[in-house]
Amino acid sequence: MPVSAFLVLAGVLFAIGTVGVLISRNIIVLFMCVELMLNSANLALIAFSRALNVVDGHAFVFLVLTVAAAEVAVGLAMVITIFRNRETINIDRISILKW
Amino acid sequence: MAEYIYLVPLFPLIGFLINGLLLGRLPRAAVNLIACASVGLSFVVAVMLFIDLRSLPEGQRVLEQVLFIWIPSGSLQVNIGFLLDPLSAVMILVVTGVGFLIHIYSTGYMSHDPCFGRYFTYLNLFTFSMLVLVLADSFPFMFVGWEGVGLCSYLLIGFWFEKRSASDAGKKAFIVNRIGDAGFLLGMFIIFWQVGSLQFSEVMASAPYVFEAGGALITTACVLLFVGATGKSAQIPLYVWLPDAMEGPTPVSALIHAATMVTAGVYMLARSSALYVMAPDALAVVAIVGAATALFAATIGTAQNDIKRVLAYSTVSQLGYMFLACGVAAFAAGIFHLMTHAFFKALLFLAAGSVIHGMSSIQDMRQMGGLKKYMPITFITMLLATLAIAGIPGFSGFFSKDEILWKAFSSSHGHLVLWIIGLITAGLTAFYMFRLIYMTFYGKERMSGEVKHHLHESPYSMTVPLIVLAVLSVAGGWVGIPHVFGVTNHFEHWLEPIIAGPHHEAASHALAAAGSSAATEFLLMGLTVVLVLFAIFGAYMLYRKRPELSTSLAQRFSGLQTLLVNKYYVDEIYGAVVVRPLVSGSVFLWKIVDVLIIDGLINGFATIYADISQLVRRAQTGRIRSYATVFVLGVVALVGYFLYW
Repeated sequence: MPVSAFLVLAGVLFAIGTVGVLISRNIIVLFMCVELMLNSANLALIAFSRALNVVDGHAFVFLVLTVAAAEVAVGLAMVITIFRNRETINIDRISILKW
Repeated sequence: MAEYIYLVPLFPLIGFLINGLLLGRLPRAAVNLIACASVGLSFVVAVMLFIDLRSLPEGQRVLEQVLFIWIPSGSLQVNIGFLLDPLSAVMILVVTGVGFLIHIYSTGYMSHDPCFGRYFTYLNLFTFSMLVLVLADSFPFMFVGWEGVGLCSYLLIGFWFEKRSASDAGKKAFIVNRIGDAGFLLGMFIIFWQVGSLQFSEVMASAPYVFEAGGALITTACVLLFVGATGKSAQIPLYVWLPDAMEGPTPVSALIHAATMVTAGVYMLARSSALYVMAPDALAVVAIVGAATALFAATIGTAQNDIKRVLAYSTVSQLGYMFLACGVAAFAAGIFHLMTHAFFKALLFLAAGSVIHGMSSIQDMRQMGGLKKYMPITFITMLLATLAIAGIPGFSGFFSKDEILWKAFSSSHGHLVLWIIGLITAGLTAFYMFRLIYMTFYGKERMSGEVKHHLHESPYSMTVPLIVLAVLSVAGGWVGIPHVFGVTNHFEHWLEPIIAGPHHEAASHALAAAGSSAATEFLLMGLTVVLVLFAIFGAYMLYRKRPELSTSLAQRFSGLQTLLVNKYYVDEIYGAVVVRPLVSGSVFLWKIVDVLIIDGLINGFATIYADISQLVRRAQTGRIRSYATVFVLGVVALVGYFLYW
């Protein structure tokens, strides 16, 4: 399979993730969309790594996965705290961070 | 011995630090002991230095000690350094000696005041500053002492600051002095500009080569320095603060506003004598201002009823005498009068303080009278001081005042008019001083029964200094008996190496004419004495023998009387001409320039920014999704830019 097929798939996944981030009001969904974007990037990295026959891409993917795991842990903790305080996970209603 | 000079100002500084840092934690006895001992020790060192200086051969009586370099800045280098020569030796002896006596006196005078710690702290700081002033070896370091004594003067005039008049008087003294100080600074700038140094030794040595004799520059510099002196030494036009300074405790008036600080201007002129003899015009200014002040203040003194105010105007008048001496290039005579005046005027003030102490703080002479039998020691010592200031032959004031009058008459810078003014002032001095004596110690007892009940002679701590000063007031002049009596004038001889006299040519000329001038000198002397005796007789007639005569006389010349009682309305004139315009100008600057223009500008800008922010802040919605949208659009735009542009 040519590398371009993987890249197209990664691009599509990234676009879906982005749109999801922009339109979803639920924080959980928003998180999942962010994960989707991260993993589409991972897919692109792996594809290049195979095509160019260098191992750097693999190594980088591990790094991204680790960061993503940590981010989800912290992010979910925040979501739980926000929910406890405000009894909502609707992102549009959490808008006090302004002047 | 030069390495011990720094000890003289160091002891009062230590006293100041101990008393100041442990303020309110030391018992009264400890504070008194520290304050007196520090000045006493410094007096002992001063005496030892003086003896040492005397043992040196005449030409080498200049000791210098540089502790460290204070300001190293390009060509300007200012040392923390001390200069001991015959002139400063006389000054430190007077300052520490009279200062020591006044410290002792203060322990008695302030024995009922709860703020004794603060008082002695200031007094020691003053002594330190004054010693720095007279021992400094350069103009800037002298200026440090100059400002230090000014500060202490302010603090001590306003010592009883809960009294509105006292704190006002302190401010007045400080502000008026500041005007003079500006002149002093400008004079210093000119000297540095021309000479390139501010060390006394260098300035005096190189002045004849740098300045053109009688030129505009040296005249300006000297006049500006003299402006500084008029502020500190209370001369016309800046004398107004001194009479008000009597709001302070009486020993302070004795020490600062009679014996030492106010003579700083005279000392500074004598120190700069090498400059002044090169500027005859400046000397003329000094002489005229001095003579005018002497006469002016003496006339006011004849009509005052507050015992301390009489003495205050007397001080202004006597300072005028000293400047008259300096103005006719008789600097030694000025310093001589400075010394004798320190003795008898300190005594007069201390005796007046003793009277006030005994009279339960009443200062109005109209409520006194007949105190002679209640306060014998105070009476006798004050009488001796009065005889001294009046210039009765044999007393110290006679020799110094006569020296000045003779120099005003005979010096190449002198003038007949100056002599006549001096003569009239001598008569007025005798008159108002004996008026004070008669009103206070003789006649009917005019005080209330309550006051009379408490009337007492002062404790030993106060009378002993009076007695010592009385001895000095009588005998202090014997070191400077003029040549005409067939003896050497030790005092003038002692100062000779330091003081630049009038041109040597003139001096030798005067010496040649000595044969004929001796007769003239005796004649003038006799004339002065006769006038003084006449003035005393006048005071006797008016205030002792027939007091009703003085009242009727006052009614006859009620216009003059009102003028004198109101001090020629000088304060009112200054108020209208200087103070009021300054205040309204300041109000204009405050209300219009500051509040309206400057604050308006700043506030205007702030308002503009606030309005802009009102518009822009709408972009910050707090909604994460809108931020994210903008973010994505930005990324897309950037990527597009890099890929396709």
